[in-house]
Amino acid sequence: MELFFGFIILIGIIILWVIAQYNNLVTLRNQVQNGWKQIDVQLKRRHDLIPNLVNTVRGYMEFEQETLEKVIQARNAAVSATGVADAAAKEGVLSGALSKLFALSENYPTLKANENVKQLQEELTSTENKISFARQFFNDIATKFNIAQQVFPGNIIANMFSFHPSELFEVKDAAEREVPSVNLSLKK
Amino acid sequence: MAKLPRNIYEQQAANRRNTLVVMTLFVLFLGFLGLGFDVFFLGFGSEGFGIPIGTIVALIFGGWSAYWSLESGASTVLTSAGAIPVPDNDPKYQVLRNVVEEMTIASGSPKPSLYVIPDPDPNAFATGKDPDHACIAVTEGLLEKLDREELQGVIAHEMSHVRNYDIRMMTVVAALVGAVMLLSEFGRRSGRLGIARGVGSSKRGKGGAVLFFLWIIALILAPLVSQILAMAVSRQREYLADASGAELTRNPRALASALQKIDSSVEPTRSIKKGTAHLCIADPLGRNINGKEGFFAEVFGTHPPISKRIMLLHAMAYQHA
Repeated sequence: MELFFGFIILIGIIILWVIAQYNNLVTLRNQVQNGWKQIDVQLKRRHDLIPNLVNTVRGYMEFEQETLEKVIQARNAAVSATGVADAAAKEGVLSGALSKLFALSENYPTLKANENVKQLQEELTSTENKISFARQFFNDIATKFNIAQQVFPGNIIANMFSFHPSELFEVKDAAEREVPSVNLSLKK
Repeated sequence: MAKLPRNIYEQQAANRRNTLVVMTLFVLFLGFLGLGFDVFFLGFGSEGFGIPIGTIVALIFGGWSAYWSLESGASTVLTSAGAIPVPDNDPKYQVLRNVVEEMTIASGSPKPSLYVIPDPDPNAFATGKDPDHACIAVTEGLLEKLDREELQGVIAHEMSHVRNYDIRMMTVVAALVGAVMLLSEFGRRSGRLGIARGVGSSKRGKGGAVLFFLWIIALILAPLVSQILAMAVSRQREYLADASGAELTRNPRALASALQKIDSSVEPTRSIKKGTAHLCIADPLGRNINGKEGFFAEVFGTHPPISKRIMLLHAMAYQHA
C-alpha cells in the first residue's frame, strides 16, 4: 500500500516537472519569435527610409551615382530576403553600402548642412543602432532557448514535443564583415 | 572596498549580493530597535508578556513608509526638480528619443517616460516604482555637452537602474532611513521621560545593564548608521548600473567619457535637491567627498569616486577588445 502511494507521488512529481519544462520552452519560443519581430520592424523602417534618403541626397552627390545605385540594389535585395540567415546576409550588405554612403557624404559640406538630410541621417543612424540592439537581444534570447533544448534532461522534453533550435542572426560571409574602404588621400 | 571586476556578469552578481546584505542589515536594525523597546520598556521576555509589540510596530512602520514612498515618490521627485515631459515631435529632442528607444530595444524592457530639466549642468536620474512606471529625466546641459554615443551610455546607465529595480530599491531605502530616524527619535524621547522599567529591576542584573547600554548607543547612532547603509546601497548600485549599462551598449568607453564630461563641469546641478542626490548619475551637489577615495569617502559618499568608475569602465572596455 505504502509502495503504491509512493509510486503515485513519484508519477505526479514527474508529470509536474514535464509540464514546467514544456511551459518554459513555449515561453522561450514566444520570446524568440517576439525578438525576431522586433528586428523585422526595424528592418522595415530602414527599407522605408532609404529611398527617401537617396532621393534627398541625389542632387548633391551627382558624382556618386554608383554608390547610390549600390545602396538601392542592396535595399531591394534585403526587402526580398526570406528567413533569418538570408536576411542577416543581405542586411549585412546593405549596412556596408549605407556606411560607405555616409562616409562619402562627408565630402559634401552643403549636403551635411541640410536640415532635412541631418534628420534623415539621424533617423537612419538610430535605425541601424536599433537593428543591432534588437539583434543582440534576439541572439541572447535565442541562445537561451537553444541551451534549454540541448541540456539534459530538458532535451528529452524538447525531443518529445519536437522543439527546434532557433537560428542566430549573424553575418556569416567574411566579405560582409569587411569595413568599407574609404580613400582619404587629398588628390582630387 | 570594491575590487577590480573580472567581468561584467561577475560584477553584477557581486553587487546583487552586497545589496541583499545591506537590505537584511536594515531589517535587522529596525527589528533590533523595536525589540530593545519591547524588552526594556514594555517588559517583553519576562513572564506574562508574550507579544513583541515594539518590534511589530517598528517593522510595520518601516514597511508602510516604504510602500507610501513607492506610491507617490516619483511625481514628487520630478516636480521638485522642475522636470518637463519631453514633447513627442520636437526635432530638438529627436536624438534623445531615438537613443532611449534604442536602449529600450537593447534591454527588452518597456519604454520609460522621458523628462527634461532646464538646467545647464549635465546630469540625469531615473525614478518610478517599477519598469512599467519608470521615468528618466536628463538636464538640458547633458543634451548639449554629450555626443550621441555618450548620451547613449548615460541612458543605458539609467535604464539599468530601471531594469535592476534600483529605482524601487533606492526609494524604499530612502523611506527606511526616514523610518529609522523617526523611530530612534521616539525611542530617545521615551528614554528621557524615564519610563524604562526593565533596567532597574534586579532580575536582569549586570548583563541586562550592558545590553541596555548597547541598545541606547544603537538608538543614538541609528540615524547615522542608517544613512551609512543607504549610501553603501547607493554606491553599489552605481557600480552595477555602470556595468550593466556597458552590457547594453557594449561600449563602456562612451560612458566613461560621458562621466568625465559630467565630472569636469564644476557647476552644481541647482535644480536637483539634496533628497534626490542618490538617484543621479553623478552627485548633483558637487560635493568634494564623492571625488575622493579612501575610507571617509567610501563610507559617506552617495556616489563612488568618478575616477574609480571610469577606471572600471576602461577595464571592461579592455576585456571587450
